[in-house]
Amino acid sequence: MAKIDKVLMSGNEAMAEAAICAGCRSYFGYPITPQNELLEYMSAHMPNAGGVFIQAESEIAAINMCYGAAAAGMRTMTSSSSPGISLKTEGISYIAGADLPCVVVNVVRGGPGLGNIAPAQGDYFQATKGGGHGDYHMIVLAPSTIPESVELVMLAFELADRYRGPVMVLADGMLGQMMEPVVLPESIDPATLPAKQWAITGARGREANLVTSFYLDPVELNEMDVRREERYREIEKNEVRYEEYKTEDAEVVVAAFGSMARISRTAVRMARSEGIKLGLLRPISVWPFPYEPLRALSRRVGTILTVEMNAGQMVEDVRLAVAERAETPFYGQLGGLVPSPNDILREVKRYAG
Amino acid sequence: MPVSTENMVRVFGRPESLNESAFSYCPGCHHGVVTRMIAQAIDELNIRERTVVIAPVGCSVSMYQWFRCDGTQAAHGRACAIATGIKRVNPDLIVFTYQGDGALAAIGTAESIHAANRGENITVVFINNQIYGMTGGQMAPTTLLGQWATSCPEGRDGRLAGHPIRFAEMVAQLDAPVYVTRQSLFDQKRLIAAGRAIKKAFRYQVEEKGYSLVEVLTNCPTNWRMGTLEANKHLAEVVVNTFPLGDFVDRG
Ligand SMILES: Cc1ncc(C[n+]2csc(CCOP(=O)(O)OP(=O)(O)O)c2C)c(N)n1
Ligand code: SF4
Ligand SMILES: [Mg+2]
Repeated sequence: MAKIDKVLMSGNEAMAEAAICAGCRSYFGYPITPQNELLEYMSAHMPNAGGVFIQAESEIAAINMCYGAAAAGMRTMTSSSSPGISLKTEGISYIAGADLPCVVVNVVRGGPGLGNIAPAQGDYFQATKGGGHGDYHMIVLAPSTIPESVELVMLAFELADRYRGPVMVLADGMLGQMMEPVVLPESIDPATLPAKQWAITGARGREANLVTSFYLDPVELNEMDVRREERYREIEKNEVRYEEYKTEDAEVVVAAFGSMARISRTAVRMARSEGIKLGLLRPISVWPFPYEPLRALSRRVGTILTVEMNAGQMVEDVRLAVAERAETPFYGQLGGLVPSPNDILREVKRYAG
Repeated sequence: MPVSTENMVRVFGRPESLNESAFSYCPGCHHGVVTRMIAQAIDELNIRERTVVIAPVGCSVSMYQWFRCDGTQAAHGRACAIATGIKRVNPDLIVFTYQGDGALAAIGTAESIHAANRGENITVVFINNQIYGMTGGQMAPTTLLGQWATSCPEGRDGRLAGHPIRFAEMVAQLDAPVYVTRQSLFDQKRLIAAGRAIKKAFRYQVEEKGYSLVEVLTNCPTNWRMGTLEANKHLAEVVVNTFPLGDFVDRG
């Protein structure tokens, strides 16, 4: 049955339902605020969809259960919030090393340490620059609304399968908890997904399939790593996603992702009503990062102000893109505080005109 | 005079479920014996095409490459969680983990206990050699009191370094496991019993009975710095006093 009606859902529930729609039939998680509703939704709905739900003994166990399910060829997902993602990084590195598709949702909260349960973006470095050990990347998608969270969870499964690696959906406590009307996508029947020839399904009438990140011989490991790097270059070429809002005539541009971009959009409208030519560049994929669009913008605007709910993480990528061609100030709030449109506008006025 | 094989009967050979690779264990190591016993059980139960090998980090890290079965390699300690993921999404597969004392009873304690407690329908083979073999002989959670290891040069002191963990007994406290046993390999009788225990643990999985743990007391001639005969004597006379042999649970 096609689902066409709008339903009011929290971000956490919507991401869970989107995963089921994407043909994910195994979910493993461990409770942590502010993502509990995702796990709870899965506990209620995954069994009905004929899938596997396990509340694991830890985030480490959960991500390794994903490793197993992914190795067996099943679309699989885990979710957590910042401290739990730290525990998952070992597993994410192994999943990347074994070339396994897996979706990880991070509903980011205040940090470091236990921090708090308020929305934050302090896990940007961890998500985009590795987090776990070794040379690996994961595609990181940062939604800024709940309908977009649904879209990006669906996309995450597709990209994970296409490029055989972990894909993270980088949300935050606000996106997880907030409710919005969403239209749920058409469900994918997992049986219609292409078979994974490499998966562990039993060596029946074929050579044994081995799923591993272990290559004792440096020449062999180098070869595997180089091949993966080539795939990363391909991802950088094909999978950069971003949105520009009122940048055509902009003199100042705000760069922001996730919830912060949504708030910045309001700031742009407020600025425009006061005659300030403000625009917004919103990376949707934060890895691969939209360096090129920012580079292009930096040739025509004087200032690119990065706004984040952290001490300044994405701003490093913005500065890499912009080099010295434009001013690249940063504005952020820490500790789970969320900058308001007024805060942003006030900051913009320091550089406008 | 050349011997003709014409009238001979083949009584021993390489199990079907092993490929041509050579094991990477040290000479005289019990690891090789247990690895072979597993292959034999897979042959006898005719499950090679359904079996998944989950190799640990430890001296048996490469073991998934020696079987003509699908296989994978787990992060240190995480094998039981990976086994859970595989088995739950594809219950037709016969999934076993093979783990040392470091993997199973130190870094992977949580994963090992909780897979047992959920009664996952998997087979766990636990190689208790009372030492970290692969990393060169450091103390294991199962190292005997007073035993020398490279990281307890004065011998293990229970007050500072804890006491040997009896993992089979711990798991036997849980409600879910169907078969929990401790075996050894130091004489012919024990070898036969261990082979049977391993086969039984796989058979229970095939029969969908649930979780089995076969702990095997093994040697590490290299890091114990003992000859194999002396190591067998040590197992028979000393190690069994801390780790008693026998079945702790058999609900099959
Ligand atoms: C996270 C992590 N920590 C430490 C290691 C290093 N390490 C490799 S094997 C091993 C211990 C092996 O001992 P055991 O599990 O008893 O297996 P054995 O070699 O004795 O069969 C350790 C500590 C690792 N690979 N990963
Ligand atoms: S180091 Fe010890 S346990 Fe490892 S293969 Fe050699 S003898 Fe066996
Ligand atoms: Mg050991």
